[in-house]
Amino acid sequence: MAHPLWQSIPFVCILLPLGSAAMTSVLPARWARRWTLLVLLTVTSLSLALMVLFGVTGASNYTYTMGHYTAPWGNEIRAGQLEAITAHFFSLIMLLSLMGGMRKLDEHVTSSKHSLYYVVLLLLTAALMAQIYTNDIFTAYVFLEIMTISACALIAVRNRGRTLVAAARYMILNLVGSGLFLLGIILLYDLTGHLLMSNIKEAVAALHATGEYALPLDVVIALISVGLCVKSALFPFHSWVPDAYGYSTPTSAAVLSSLVSKGYIFLLIKIIYRVIGLQVMQETHIFNVLFVFALVGMVMGSISAIRQSDIRRMIAFSSVAQIGYVYAGIGIGSDMGMMAALFHMFSHAACKSMLFLAAGGLADASGNSKQFHDLRGSGYRSPIAGVAFTIGALSMVGFPFLGGFASKLNLALAGLNSSDIRAILTLAALAISTWLNTMYFLRTVITIYRKPDENAHYPVERGQRGFCFNCSLVLFSAVNIGLGIFSQSIVDAIMRGIGMFG
Amino acid sequence: MAKIRSDYEQSWWPRFLRWLDRGAAPLDEELQQGLEETREGHLTLSQEDAAREEQQREARIRSDLAREEHMYSRLQEWRSSRGKKLINRLYSALAIVVCLGIIWLLLETASYLPPFGYPDNPANNEVSRRYIEQGMQETGAVNIVAGMILDYRAFDTLGESNVLFIAACAVLILLRLPSASDGGVHSTARLEAEADDRMYEPKNDMILQHAATLLVPLILLFGVYVIMNGHISPGGGFSGGAIMGAGLILYLNAFGFQKTERFFTYGTFRVVSLCALSFYALSKAYSFFTGANHLPSVITPGTPGMLFSAGLIPYLNIAVGLVVCCTMYAFYTLFRKGDL
Repeated sequence: MAHPLWQSIPFVCILLPLGSAAMTSVLPARWARRWTLLVLLTVTSLSLALMVLFGVTGASNYTYTMGHYTAPWGNEIRAGQLEAITAHFFSLIMLLSLMGGMRKLDEHVTSSKHSLYYVVLLLLTAALMAQIYTNDIFTAYVFLEIMTISACALIAVRNRGRTLVAAARYMILNLVGSGLFLLGIILLYDLTGHLLMSNIKEAVAALHATGEYALPLDVVIALISVGLCVKSALFPFHSWVPDAYGYSTPTSAAVLSSLVSKGYIFLLIKIIYRVIGLQVMQETHIFNVLFVFALVGMVMGSISAIRQSDIRRMIAFSSVAQIGYVYAGIGIGSDMGMMAALFHMFSHAACKSMLFLAAGGLADASGNSKQFHDLRGSGYRSPIAGVAFTIGALSMVGFPFLGGFASKLNLALAGLNSSDIRAILTLAALAISTWLNTMYFLRTVITIYRKPDENAHYPVERGQRGFCFNCSLVLFSAVNIGLGIFSQSIVDAIMRGIGMFG
Repeated sequence: MAKIRSDYEQSWWPRFLRWLDRGAAPLDEELQQGLEETREGHLTLSQEDAAREEQQREARIRSDLAREEHMYSRLQEWRSSRGKKLINRLYSALAIVVCLGIIWLLLETASYLPPFGYPDNPANNEVSRRYIEQGMQETGAVNIVAGMILDYRAFDTLGESNVLFIAACAVLILLRLPSASDGGVHSTARLEAEADDRMYEPKNDMILQHAATLLVPLILLFGVYVIMNGHISPGGGFSGGAIMGAGLILYLNAFGFQKTERFFTYGTFRVVSLCALSFYALSKAYSFFTGANHLPSVITPGTPGMLFSAGLIPYLNIAVGLVVCCTMYAFYTLFRKGDL
C-alpha cells in the first residue's frame, strides 16, 4: 500500500536541501542566497504542515522506507509528533538566523566564498533533518559527520586568526566526540548485530534481562553519552565554546549555538528512548553522572559569563550554562525531565540565536566594538536590536510570559517529581543559576540603555541594518513570546510526542 | 548640591557602574590585547575627534591596566613561574592517567566481546544472511559490498558522498585564496603562493616526466576499470576514484599547473561535482520514493555479471568515483598553492 502523500514530507525535507546543495555551489552569490532562503522556507512550512497534521488529526507515528528494501536490510526513517515539532523549530530558526545575519555576512566573508557558505548551510539543514528523522543509528553517524564538518566550515569562513584557532579547537574536540560515538556504535553492533534502532532496542532488552555482556553494554552507554556530551559542550568539555561562538559571523554563531549542539542532544534523547531504552539507561547510573556535570555547568558557565567584558563571549558562556539546564533535565531521567530538556532546548534555541543577532546589531551601532563600555546607549541607536536583546535577556532570566520562564518552571517541576535528592539539587542549582543569569543579563540591558560618553562619536544612521534584519528580530521576538504564552499546549504536544517516541 | 564623600570612588554604586562598563575580566585582558578586533572604518570622524577619542581610550586603558597590574601582579608572577610549571605538569600527568585509564577500559571491554569469527555471534543474523544469500538476485550485483552500500543502504552512501563534498567545500573555504577580481589586496597572497610553488616543487624533472608519461595513462585506465567493474569485482567508486585522483596528482607533479589547468580548473571541479551529486541525489530520490510507496520502478537488476547490470549501481559508482577523484585532486592543489 502506498503512503498518503503527506507522509513523504520528511523525505522531501531531507532530500531537498541535500540535493540542492551541490547546485548552490555553481550559482552566483545572490542567487545562491535566494535559493537557500527558498529551500529553508519550504522545509519550514512543510515541517509546520506535518506538525499540524500530527496535532490535529492525531495520526500516529509511521516509518518510511528509503528504497525498495524493508527495514533491517535497507534504511528507513520514522516520523512522529516530536520529530515534526523539532524539525519545524530547527528549520525556522535556521531561516531566521540566516535572514538576520545576511548583511553581516557580506562584511565578514569574502565575496567569492558566499555561495560556499550557502552550500554548507544547506547541507547542515539536511543533516539536521536526517538526524531528527532517521531510525538507523549508522545513518545518524553519517549525518553527524556532515554536521561536524559543516560547523567547522561555518566558524572558519570568517578568515581571521582568532576564528581559525577556534575552528581548529572545535575540530579536535568534536572529532574526539565523534570517535567515542563511533566506537560506541561499533561495540553496540557487535553485541546486537543490528543497526536499526528498534531492533537494537529489542536485543538490548534481551541482553539486559539475561545479564549477558553486562560490562560491554555499560561501556557502550558511557561511550555514546560521553561522545555526544563532548560534541554538545557539556560543562567540562566547553573550552571551544567562547571562541567559536564569540568570533564567528553572527549567523554562524546563532546556528552553532542553537542548532548544531541541540541536534546532538536530540540524538542523545533519541538513543535513550529508542536504542537503549529509558529503563536500561536508568539502571546504569549514567544519568547521575550527566546530572552532576549539568549542575556544575549551570553554575560555572554563568560565573564565567559574569567575568567577560565582551558581549558575544558573555552570550557564549551563557550557552554553556544553558546546555547544563538541558542536561539537568535529561539527568533527572524521567519522562518529565526529558520533556523539560526538550522544551528548554527549543526556548534556548529561539532565544540564543536572537541574542547573537541582536548583539551583532548593537555592536554595529557602536562602531563595531563588542566591549561593554562602547555599547552604552546602543539600545537607542539601534532600537529594534535593543528591544530584541531585552526580550531575549528577559527570557534567559526567566521572566513570565517568555519561553525561559516556562522552561525553568518545567525543569523545577520535573525535579520536584523525582523523589530523591535530585529534587533539592535541581531547585538549588536553578536558584543559583537564575540569580547569576540575572546579574549578567540585566547588567547588559542596563548598559545598552545607559547614557553614552558625551565625547563618544558614533556613526549617524546605525540602526538601519536593513529590512531582513529587523524582520528576523521581530519574528524571533514573536517566537519567544509565543513559546511563553502557549507553553502549555507545546508541553502537551511534546509529552504526546515522547509517548509516541518509545 | 550634594556633597561627594571622599571615599565615593570606593563605595558600592560607582563600583557597580565600573563593573557595568567594562566587565571584570582582568585575567583575560592580556590575552585580548594581541587578538583584539580591528575596528573597521565605520566611524566617520574628523581627524581631531578621532585623535581625542583615541587619547581618552588610551588613558582609560592605561588606568585600568595600572589598577589591574597592581591587583594581579602577584598572581601573574605565580602563574608565569612556579605555578605555570606546576599546572603544566599536572595537566600532562592527568592526560596520561586518563588515556591509560581509557585504554585499559577499552581493552577490558574487548575481552568481554563475542569471539571473532564464531558462527553464533549476534552479528551473524538474518540481516547478513539475506545480504549474502539473496544479494545477487535482488540487486544484480555480483560484488555483495557494492549491492549493500549502493542499493540496500543507499541512503547512508548518499550521505557519505556528501561528507566528501562538504569536506572539499570546507577546505575551499579555508584555503582558497581570493582571486584578483575580489580585490587587489589579496591577489598578492596568490602571487606569493605561486612563487613559493615554483620555488619548492619539482620542475621539468626528466625522469619523473618519462615515468609519468608511461604510468599516468595506465593508472587512469585502471581507475576507470575499478569504477566500471565496481558491481562485478572488488572495487567501486570510492577506491577507483582514489586511484584516478592519484593519477591526476602524479601528472600534475610531473608537468606542472600549466598543463593541468587546460582541463581542470575550479569551474571543472564545480561542474563535475554538481553533475555527479545531482545525478546521485535525483536518481536515488526517485528510487527511494518509488520504493517507499511501492510504486513500479523502471530500474531492474538485469543479468548479474554483465557490465551494464545491477540497476543504478554502475552509474552511481561513476558518480561517486568522479566526486572522489575531484576531491582528492582539489585537496592536493589547495594545500599546495591555494587554488585549483
